[in-house]
Amino acid sequence: MRNPQLNKNGELQHLLTLDGLPREILTAILDTAAPFTEVAEREVKKLPILRGKSIFNLFFENSTRTRTTFEIAAKRLSADVVNLNVSTSSTSKGESLLDTVDNLCAMQADMFVVRHAASGAPFLIAEHLFANGRNDIHVINAGDGRHAHPTQGLLDMYTIRHYKQDFTQLTVAVVGDVLHSRVARSQISALVTLGVPEIRVIGPKTLLPTDVSRLGVRVFHDMEEGLRDVDVVMMLRLQNERMNGALLPTPQEFFKVWGLTAEKLSRARPDAIVMHPGPMNRGVEIDSAVADGAQAVILPQVTFGIAVRMAVMSMLAS
Amino acid sequence: MKIRINSGRVIDPANGIDAVLDLFIDQGRIVAVGTPPDGFLSDRTIDADQKIVCPGLIDLAARLREPGFEYRATLESEMNAAMAGGVTSLAIPPDTDPTLDEPGLVEMLCYRAKKLNRAHIYPVGALTIGLRGERLAEMAELVEAGCVAFSQANVPIVDNAVLMRAMQYAATFGFRVWLQPIAPFLSRGGYAHDGEVASRLGLPGIPVSAETVALFTYLQLARETGARLHITRLSSAAGLELIERARADGMDVTCDVSINHLHLCDLDIGYFNSHCHLIPPLRSQRDRDALRAGLTEGRIDALCSDHTPVDDDGKLTPFSESEPGATGLELLLPLTLKWANDAGVPLVQALARVTSEAARIVGITKAGHLSPGARADLCVFDPSVKQRLSRDTLLSQGKNSPFLGQELPGRVCHTLVEGEIMYSAAGG
Repeated sequence: MRNPQLNKNGELQHLLTLDGLPREILTAILDTAAPFTEVAEREVKKLPILRGKSIFNLFFENSTRTRTTFEIAAKRLSADVVNLNVSTSSTSKGESLLDTVDNLCAMQADMFVVRHAASGAPFLIAEHLFANGRNDIHVINAGDGRHAHPTQGLLDMYTIRHYKQDFTQLTVAVVGDVLHSRVARSQISALVTLGVPEIRVIGPKTLLPTDVSRLGVRVFHDMEEGLRDVDVVMMLRLQNERMNGALLPTPQEFFKVWGLTAEKLSRARPDAIVMHPGPMNRGVEIDSAVADGAQAVILPQVTFGIAVRMAVMSMLAS
Repeated sequence: MKIRINSGRVIDPANGIDAVLDLFIDQGRIVAVGTPPDGFLSDRTIDADQKIVCPGLIDLAARLREPGFEYRATLESEMNAAMAGGVTSLAIPPDTDPTLDEPGLVEMLCYRAKKLNRAHIYPVGALTIGLRGERLAEMAELVEAGCVAFSQANVPIVDNAVLMRAMQYAATFGFRVWLQPIAPFLSRGGYAHDGEVASRLGLPGIPVSAETVALFTYLQLARETGARLHITRLSSAAGLELIERARADGMDVTCDVSINHLHLCDLDIGYFNSHCHLIPPLRSQRDRDALRAGLTEGRIDALCSDHTPVDDDGKLTPFSESEPGATGLELLLPLTLKWANDAGVPLVQALARVTSEAARIVGITKAGHLSPGARADLCVFDPSVKQRLSRDTLLSQGKNSPFLGQELPGRVCHTLVEGEIMYSAAGG
């Protein structure tokens, strides 16, 4: 089976998922991102790498943070950015996803940044471009259903590498609603590929995917046990609607058992870092004292996110 | 017209025949196999040397999409597909629009099919009005109109009291009840087998319990009501086990599996291939292997196409938004042969699953075998030819198949319905 995100030379054609992406490519993206972090500190925060390129932010699902960081990243590379909030335009008029894509191709798009509520939607677009011989157009998955959020996964890896250097000595815990989380899937894929020897997931059985251990993780239900001696704690957002499907009784009970408090965090290594993809629900999955505490690296994650997205865009365009 | 089919390898599972023999047809009936009747002078001879002559295939589930979904397929396009596939009898699920819950509608469908004069159709009536699981359909009237059994297609009844009464009412007349084991709440919102593949792809899963819990209920209610139960489209090893246990307890229950579930598993979804979006979902390799073994050993009675033509618009969408189903009429024979080849099943045994055994489940006595007097519904095919499946070769209006691009064995040379040659492949 053809890997839809690599071209025939094995280079990155699209960024759709981190699952199955070779370690060399992951590392290359992180390496490319490093110098981009300095661009933000310059007086002129711009590089000419994507000058004259049109990037379409194609968001079929609402997002502020991810869309904004992609926009900033593209603009720092001098690209022209068009934001399409498709959830409120064409599809509500009955236009199909691929019709929308064809129209934007006709407008000379060079790159699509796609978010969609259905798992696999960016793959459909990539396959469609391939079938039409449009190898000049690149797709970046900005989150598809529960499946993947590769740039988030990459910025998390960047953050871990920044603070911890060597992946092969780490114990990392991913905590909370893994079942519905595209972030968790991308994190786990990347951690496995980068050689993290112990990856743990912690949460109630209702919020862990079936056979999750096959993804290469150890399963814990007890938070204190799962956090013991970890180097990195990656918290996940808990959506409020999870209370509806009988997955959890109340946010209060979730916080009591799986919310990250200073006390629970004390089980981790003293130099452990705490990450969160945002937006945070304080008092649901994370206590404010931890979110604002010395071990939290949540805001640096956001800053690194821009550099990582610049790296991905520049690599795809080159 | 008198037809003589010369020197074919005649495989007639019902009569245990697998031998090179001549076959003689007169006035739409088979009149003799082996030696010609006295004074038989054929008007036409078909040379079947190196070919196999078997009863026309009987498909337990072929959605022709009429009425209501003519943009996906028409009776005519799908009948042509059936002929090209050597399928001469079709059981039609009731999930048309409107559903097959009205005697007049069933009569109309039968009339239209008869006028087209190709495959015979056997409508399966809706068990409840509109398949809504609330009020019973007029089963006695529907049988008079031509229905051979009653089902909910893949729309399960939520209220078990309604299900029990529907089974009781059907049992009053001895009508067959065909049920697809789907527990409504356990399957709700799911699109793929709840396992490693779905977890990796982030596709909401449908657990095996969606099948087993429904089966527990159906088997228990059938036992209590005395309904004649046929279980359609098994997908799991655990489901098959439950049926076997019920049989061991002396229950008379039959079951079938689709060509898709016999050959594919959840891994075939690959990168969100919407052709693999099916109901029930493709399950694990282990389940698939259990279904294959079950069919080989006769624990699963029949194999069907579960033919569901879907247009491109319905498939060129993200997996979870795509229309479930796959085209199948033209694949039933090739995939029966492929399974027989792969699993080393003798052809006489393999073809039974799509002829005599299927006939038994539908209640067809005049076809599905080659005894003298039987309807001359026949399929003559060349088992040695392999063909690559492509959109262009499919006559069905639905080009949606997970098997596109694969080389499959068998090529239908002639299809006969009631002694008339309804299809001949180019070049004979």
